Amino acid sequence: MSFSVTEPTKGTKWFAGFLVVAYAIITLVPLLWIVATGFKSPADSIAYPPVVVFEPTLEGYVNLFTDRTRATDDMLAEAGPPETWYDEIARERGTIITGPSRYGERFLNSVIIGFGSTALCMILGTAAAYAFSRFRVPLKDDLLFFILSTRMMPPIAVAIPIFLMFRNLGLNDTHLGMILLYTAVNLSLSVWLLKGFIDEIPMEYEEAALIDGYTRFQAFYKVVLPQAATGIASTAIFCLIFAWNEYAFAVLLTSGTAQTAPPFIPNIIGVNGKDWPAVAAGATIFLVPVMVFTVLLRKHLLRGITFGAVRK
Amino acid sequence: MTSSPIQSVAKKTPDGFARKIRGLSDRTIAWIFVAPTIFLLLAVNIFPLIWTIRLSFTNFRVNRPNNDVEWVGLRNYERILGDPDIWNTMQATAHFLIWTITLQVLIGFTLAYLINKKFRGNDMWTTIIVFPMMLSPAVVGNFWTFLYQPQIGLFNYVIAFFNGVDPASFSMIGDVNLAPWAIIIADTWMWTPFVMLICLAGLRSIPDSIYEAAECDRASKWRQFWTITIPMALPFLMLAVLFRGIENFKMFDLVVQLTGGGPGNTTTLTSIDLKREAFERWRTGYSSAYAVILFVTVFGLASIYVKALNKVKER
Repeated sequence: MSFSVTEPTKGTKWFAGFLVVAYAIITLVPLLWIVATGFKSPADSIAYPPVVVFEPTLEGYVNLFTDRTRATDDMLAEAGPPETWYDEIARERGTIITGPSRYGERFLNSVIIGFGSTALCMILGTAAAYAFSRFRVPLKDDLLFFILSTRMMPPIAVAIPIFLMFRNLGLNDTHLGMILLYTAVNLSLSVWLLKGFIDEIPMEYEEAALIDGYTRFQAFYKVVLPQAATGIASTAIFCLIFAWNEYAFAVLLTSGTAQTAPPFIPNIIGVNGKDWPAVAAGATIFLVPVMVFTVLLRKHLLRGITFGAVRK
Repeated sequence: MTSSPIQSVAKKTPDGFARKIRGLSDRTIAWIFVAPTIFLLLAVNIFPLIWTIRLSFTNFRVNRPNNDVEWVGLRNYERILGDPDIWNTMQATAHFLIWTITLQVLIGFTLAYLINKKFRGNDMWTTIIVFPMMLSPAVVGNFWTFLYQPQIGLFNYVIAFFNGVDPASFSMIGDVNLAPWAIIIADTWMWTPFVMLICLAGLRSIPDSIYEAAECDRASKWRQFWTITIPMALPFLMLAVLFRGIENFKMFDLVVQLTGGGPGNTTTLTSIDLKREAFERWRTGYSSAYAVILFVTVFGLASIYVKALNKVKER
């Protein structure tokens, strides 16, 4: 067994571990509370004292995905027996499902806009990052700083002219408009991150390819791209998370067709006022993918959140 | 290694398409690669910014497009800087910034320091701690209003449990004195992991040999902490403060969902105020001037700070 003076003692490790785990558990409580609330009945969700052990129900999820109306006895009789399990859940509350809610659409919008902007951002970002990494671009440092500085503006500050511009171009409340917007916002992150990843690929590979008769383009997509695949994948996930979570532009520039889920979830209202289990269910469905991504990204997390300023 | 890039490259010779574009110089290729990015950024960032600056000298209102637009010179700027409400907003923002950064740096650094003791499973717990900051701030902010509910909220229940007060007796988001703290707590919960990660990178960048040398010189742990750990981790800490500063100066989504700027104007941060002026009162010219002032402030403060940061790095 090796001995090092800098290695913490066993006691120190235990103590440090204990404190960190305690913090982690405390910090997880609000998240677990969201997930748990999604499976509570409305009565359980607002019970005092807050209930930890409860009978789980899918009512929140049913309410999330459906529009319902309060039904009179006549209406219930007319509608006949419930046909599906979600019908049954709604009937138990004296309501009838009138149709699907808009959550599905909003979620789909989030998916379309998130993946669309990420794809576009990766295409543009990888090309630009490659050029910045390998070629002598005039005013390179200025351009790179310019790209970074676009991130410093408060979204609300540029939202007014973007709103006007989009209105003139007919891009307000469209998927294309939001995709272009999120792409532009994410470009700074992707160019900086990808430049770092490409910088780390040895030039020799490309040089060998060029000597073998490859063109620059071929060397780029047959040698550099496969080598940068991990970097590109993690950058893409960061862009996706941003577009997924974005709220300010979404709430200002979209209202109907292209609205994403973040502006929608807080406004979910049930038949009897605020329906917290439905809100929690919506939040859970929306937050869980990001948590999965976080686990996938854990090695590159730091680099991503600091624009590549800190590499681990 | 049968599939090494060099070998796979060597197998194939270029096809016809390649020969056509072989004539392109590196310079041309570089521009082809960079131009779309620059174009999009100019269109979606710089063009709007210039437009904002132009609008800031007018009395334009988006909801009355048929009104004559007049040039009003610097009047918008004068009105903003002379408005006591704006200064209240700035004060609220400063309060929010100072407290969130202080708390996040203290807790974040402590956590990083503890994690750096490399206990078993520290990687897993680090990932768990990081979850809050990856989530959608608007959704999280909305849910915190639930946790803060006076009677039924979990937060109030826990505070009441430890404090012995009635959980229905106080409302974190309804009380003028508590609301600023409500947003600080939620923001700290969400963003402490960010500071922690950067600090952790800082601590891990310190070579063991320095501590070994200090041990040989019989420096106490306390002294090692203040003369090695802190100075060497300082550039990272400052970087964390920079990122959090810029982000929280722009803070909108979390707070607008949590308190909506209320009660009264106690949690009306600048971005929320700006949104009201621009998209509720529709004073486009006025709010453009407001936006320019905010941007210049962030940019100015950030530049000064970066200079200081570089000085610390050079030491």
